[in-house]
This record gives sequence, C-alpha cells and structure tokens, in this order.
Amino acid sequence: MTSELARTRLYQWHVDHGARMVEFGGWKMPVQYTSIVEEHVATRQAIGLFDISHMGRLRFDGAAAGRFLDSLVTRRVDDLKTGRIRYALMTNDEGGVLDDVLVYHLVDGHLNEDGGSFHLMVVNASNRLKIVDWIGRHITDDVQCTDQTLDTAMIAVQGPRALELTAAVIGFDPSQLKYYRGQIVPVPLNGGGTSGGRVQAVVSRTGYTGEDGCELIVPADQAESLWQQLVDRGGAMGALPAGLGARDTLRLEAAMPLYGHEIDETISPLQAGLDFAVDLENRQFPGRDALARIQDGPALPRRVGLECSGRRVPRDGYAITRDGEQVGVVTSGGFSPTLQKPIAMGYVAPAASDVGTQLSIDVRGRGEPARVVKLPFYQRG
Amino acid sequence: MKPEELLYAKTHEWVYLTEEAGTKVATVGISAFAVEALTDLVYLDLPEVGRSVTAGESFGEIESVKAVSDLYSPLTGEIVAVNKELPDALERLSEDPYGPGWIIKIKVSDEAGLDQLMDHAAHQKLCEEEQA
Repeated sequence: MTSELARTRLYQWHVDHGARMVEFGGWKMPVQYTSIVEEHVATRQAIGLFDISHMGRLRFDGAAAGRFLDSLVTRRVDDLKTGRIRYALMTNDEGGVLDDVLVYHLVDGHLNEDGGSFHLMVVNASNRLKIVDWIGRHITDDVQCTDQTLDTAMIAVQGPRALELTAAVIGFDPSQLKYYRGQIVPVPLNGGGTSGGRVQAVVSRTGYTGEDGCELIVPADQAESLWQQLVDRGGAMGALPAGLGARDTLRLEAAMPLYGHEIDETISPLQAGLDFAVDLENRQFPGRDALARIQDGPALPRRVGLECSGRRVPRDGYAITRDGEQVGVVTSGGFSPTLQKPIAMGYVAPAASDVGTQLSIDVRGRGEPARVVKLPFYQRG
Repeated sequence: MKPEELLYAKTHEWVYLTEEAGTKVATVGISAFAVEALTDLVYLDLPEVGRSVTAGESFGEIESVKAVSDLYSPLTGEIVAVNKELPDALERLSEDPYGPGWIIKIKVSDEAGLDQLMDHAAHQKLCEEEQA
C-alpha cells in the first residue's frame, strides 16, 4: 500500500528535515517536524508554513464554467466576480456532503481585466478522485475541466506575520487582497539570477487555521525553491514548517469542519451549521430538494463545541452522554494548545445542544465532564 | 539511572531491578524513544498502589496531543509505589525519563517475565528498526 501513496514535490524536503510522515487522503504527508504544540504556537504567534499540495486543484475553462459550477454546489457561484473566492459544498442527491470546496474566479495572468478568466476549485485530497468523477458525470461540452493537482504545488503561509513574509519572498503584498480574494501574480523564478524570469502563481487570502494568511499555488517545479525561501526568510520572523498535526489542532480551535469528521456523505450542511453556504432559493443542484425537505423537517442532531474540565482528551467516535443516556458523538477532539484544555466538536441531540449545557464524554469507559460552548473556540483578536 | 544499565520491554517500558529482603522490586518507566515518539504529552493516568498486574497488562495510559497510548506492565507483581507528582510534571518525562520520570514500582511475584525483557543494545536495535 505504502508505495501507492502520492508524494508532493516537497516530500524529500520533509523527510530530510525530520518530519514524521503519515498517510493522509492517499498522500504521504508530514504530521509534525518537531512538536505539534510548537508548530501550532508558531502559527498563532508568528507564522506556520504548510505544504498543502495534497489538496485537489481543478481548473475550469469556458464561458459556461461559472454556470456549470453553480449547478453543482450549495450556493451561487455564477455571480462570483473575478478575484473572488467562495466556500461552498457539493452535495449528493440526498443532501449529504460530497465535499467542501473553495471556488475561485480568476483573471488569467496573461490577459487583461476584460480578457479571459477561469474558475478554480480546491477540493479535499481524500475526495479528489470522487469529485473528478462526479464532475465528469455532469460536465457539459462547453466547459473543460483540468485536474492540475500533480502539475502544481500549494503552500499555506498562516499567522500574524504571514503576509509580511509572503510579500518579502514573492514581491507581492497579499495584504492588498481582502479576505477571500485571490489573484494571479508573476513571482520571480527560482534562483532568478539575471534572467528576471517570472512564473505565474495564484495568491489568495485564505486558510484553514483561524489566522490571517494566504495560500500560494505555483507550478510544481517551483515548489521547493519557494518553500525554502519562505523557511529561510521566515526563520528570523518566527516561522516554522508545520505539519498536519498542527493544521488539525488549529482548524479545530477555529471550529472549521474537516471532511470525514464533521461532514461526510451522511451529514447535511444544515446539520453541520454551514447554513451560510447553502442557498436554495431559485436554484437547482444535486441535493437541493432533499435539503429543502431537511430544512422543513424535524430537528436533527447539531454540531456543537465542547470544552472539558479534565485532562483526558476526547477523540473521534467517543459517545457524548447526559445522565447516562447517549445524546451524541464526538467527531473531532484534541488538546487545545491555546486554551490549554481538551476540546471537541460533535453532534448532539437538539435538546442537549444549548450553550452552557453540561454533558459528559465517555473517554474509554470513564465519563469526563464537558460543557457545550460557543464556536469557534478561538478567534483571532 | 543510566539507560545502558536498564532492561526494556518490546513496548518501550524500562525496568530497573533492585532486591529488597530477597524480593525483586522493579522500577518502571518509559524510554526516551517512547517519549520522543509521543511528544506533546498532556495526560498520564496512574494506577492505584496495591493493584496486582501481570506482565503485558495495561497499568495506565499516557496521552499526547496526537493520540493516547497504553502503558504495559513489563513484569508480574504488585504495584507498591507510583510517582504521584509526575502527572502534574510531565516535562520530567522529556527531561529525564530514566530518573525523575519513573512511573511505578512493582514488587515482582513471578520472575518468569524477566527473560522477555531485552538489554539496552537489543532495545536500541528495536528502536532503529521501528524508526526505519
């Protein structure tokens, strides 16, 4: 099995720098270099550098691309102006989540504002092939979809000093972009020398950590040079390379759903508290009618945040109880380095989901007191 | 204690043997390799003094940010002491797992388990294999 796992362009760098490599979504990825807590704290206080090349990157060309994507996701994206990015979900006919995605509408770097534009969709690594297949089943002749995942690399620069570092390295200040905006930027080539060569990179003000920051998509052969420059220049600013372990504790504190945990094909976006990304009015997409029924139907278990008073850490799958009766289940749990206590997200019966409700989590046979708290657990100042 | 002078279980607990009035007493902890593999420790669950354990049985658990692991008794006997301060001072495990990071003491009742333990060199080899 191991030999079949995909490797990003930074695989060798990770191994050479002591990363522990694990399987994730069909890829061999770094889970940590030194310590999850150190990498987490670096991201909250300065900068974390993440290789997220495993995320799927699908490009859509053709005048009908926006309309086509609009017909597959839970909210409007056909009205997305160039330079904008929107979070959305793809659902199956039953309204269950196939994936959560970002849809970008970008002006092609070689053309002017009035010229060509294209759409980009970033999907989860574990869902990429499923989504490519789903798109293949729905695509129309006037849209071309290209899977650029293996031809490109993606790096997230996250933290309070992330934009400053990125500006120093690529010569473009991402603070010019508002939140959830992106554009194609010519970035100086690796070891540029005197040639002054440049390469097109997608720079977006997005992330999955609850911090300010940006994500960069570059041609795969530029990945190592860009990464090394970020590491080298970032060192003096407190930057650390960070693995999937810290990415998980960071997104958990920020209460961002993780596919396979808070969302999957059996959970609707409405249950997951992602109503903001669901628009049913005058729209058609797979799962639309099912979602309308779910919206008007009986209340289902809801996603909540839980804070524990003990030190034992709840994990995915643990039962949530009240007065000895199970009222829910944990979908993600961990020790929060920021709050210095165990936290979790999970689904609980509506009657037990109010903020302040005292519950218990069955941590390997022993109940640990847990209280329903407002999400997110952490919000940057 | 010097790691070179200790015995080790396959599950990376270490054992230091002394004799008290003709009975073997084993001080038990976890190796630097185990501490390093866990990293970011957040919780240690200690057993009650007086509890009987058999070799290979879980006597507690240790939790890191990433995951929880069982602690396995390397020998059979009665737990006669636990390091009560350790759960609130987990940094001692990173600083010196062979000294202030000891976890329990077992009065050994059956020496049969002793031949299952390995010496330092054999344990080093095991660590290298697991790392590869």
